[in-house]
Amino acid sequence: MTNSKAHLNTDDSVFDAEGIKVYYSGFLALVDVYIKIPRQKIVAFIGPSGCGKSTLLRCFNRMNDLIPAAKVEGKLIYRSRNIYDPQVNPVKLRRQVGMVFQRPNPFPKSIYENIAYAPRTNGYQGNLDELVESSLRQAALWNEVKDKLKDKGTALSGGQQQRLCIARAIAMKPDVLLMDEPCSALDPISTRQVEELCLELKERYTIITVTHNMQQASRIADATAFFNTETDDRGKRRGKLVEFGPTEQIFGSPQTKEAEEYISGRFG
Amino acid sequence: MVKSTRTNNSVNTAEFTDNLERREAIGKVFEYLFLIGLLIGLFVLALLVLNILHDGLGRLLTPGFLTETPSRFAERGGIRPAIIGSFFLGLIVLLVAVPIGVGAALYLEEYAPKKWWTAVIEINIGNLAGIPSIVYGLLGLGVFNYLLGFGPTLISGALTLALLSLPVIIVTAREAIRAVPDSLRNASYGLGTTKWQTIQHHVLPYAIPGILTGVIISVSRAIGDAASLVVVGAVSFLTFNPGLFQRFMALPIQIFSYITRPEPGFANAAAATIIVLIILILALNAVAIYLRQRYSSH
Repeated sequence: MTNSKAHLNTDDSVFDAEGIKVYYSGFLALVDVYIKIPRQKIVAFIGPSGCGKSTLLRCFNRMNDLIPAAKVEGKLIYRSRNIYDPQVNPVKLRRQVGMVFQRPNPFPKSIYENIAYAPRTNGYQGNLDELVESSLRQAALWNEVKDKLKDKGTALSGGQQQRLCIARAIAMKPDVLLMDEPCSALDPISTRQVEELCLELKERYTIITVTHNMQQASRIADATAFFNTETDDRGKRRGKLVEFGPTEQIFGSPQTKEAEEYISGRFG
Repeated sequence: MVKSTRTNNSVNTAEFTDNLERREAIGKVFEYLFLIGLLIGLFVLALLVLNILHDGLGRLLTPGFLTETPSRFAERGGIRPAIIGSFFLGLIVLLVAVPIGVGAALYLEEYAPKKWWTAVIEINIGNLAGIPSIVYGLLGLGVFNYLLGFGPTLISGALTLALLSLPVIIVTAREAIRAVPDSLRNASYGLGTTKWQTIQHHVLPYAIPGILTGVIISVSRAIGDAASLVVVGAVSFLTFNPGLFQRFMALPIQIFSYITRPEPGFANAAAATIIVLIILILALNAVAIYLRQRYSSH
């Protein structure tokens, strides 16, 4: 694996993965990943299906804990602690590392309640109305919904629902936003809106996004990590990180042959 | 490998013998058969209702039927203690069986690891739902009347009926909880909430319509059940309103008791009691359906 440190400031990294391995039902699904995620940048994970990008993404907020068949080994350092240390509380972690999912999943509650629910439940002391408004503004959704905050979140269009989910994640004031193919269920116009949103959000948050869309990665990501599948000696497929570097480099002058072949469309 | 390509683009009907008209005619026949099935069911139901009303409406409307205690004369007296008995039986079944049943379903679905023994438990609970109610009566007799010493009282009857209702409530609550999409749970966990918060604020509200359906079915069966209460010791003659630790009457027992009496007027009294029982069950169902509508967000 090659890592170009020349253009990426990995001295200030928000996540530092050291030898992360993921097993599903005893089978190794993702091989030793070493990666440093730079702060307040957009990092894209790209690669063909089954290469482990979403699996790795879910390690950053320990959502893999919810999958009984999944087992994670290795260290993942966040805020100077290994988040896989048994003493770390995943619930607290998830308040600082938020997630937006592939299919928009707003709660079947009002728009206001979608945003206010988590802060209120976690003991937010400030003004909830202001928090709701500022989250919706940051998600570029406020003007469209400010007169119908009592309407059900599920009554919005797909693109609006996804922006609502982003607003909901932001309301918890996390450091990092994990996005698992956030635009794959959206039409091109909504996709464009969400992409522009990400470019604005990186002023305040670090964003890691999994995407199947290479053009999207080249449009918005500062750094890109390319994953691929490999077959082990027993013929089982598993994912691995192949190359990680500044986006211009990955797309312009990839250092590995696999990356080069993927970028030029020879497989994937 | 393509064997031949036809230059004309029309569909080659000679290669298909689809008998379209015949298939559609057969479909129509089945449609009518299904309609006849529905009509038979509705017809029987209508016959039942009209018959009951014909036999019982007169007696139901005689003054005192709902407010007096039973008498050994067919034209006199009323079923007040039975109404109160059935009402309290239903209430206690609701208060006891619903929390226990939903709690059990929550544990099995949300907390228990999916091992072989959880599957065994699931199968056994399903079996329990099919056991005849008289067997539950015998269980209640042994446990509540004798072991716990409550005797043949309202509380024993109510707890026996609660046991009877539990399996159906557990099974339908499990189905309802299982039907909650994982995307909803993920959304909640992703925001940093605990398991109980997620269940309390998202899973349960989503599952309530399905759970209520199970509650309706189960409690209706319990209120209408006679066999188990016979064993536990319900009586058919009381001169007072039953209290929790006293002998009790119930509507199904009352119906049974009236039917076994030879004097002609008792048949009318039985029909009238059936009307009251049906109204009670309909009222309970209406409340549950209203609650289900209110909580239905999807």
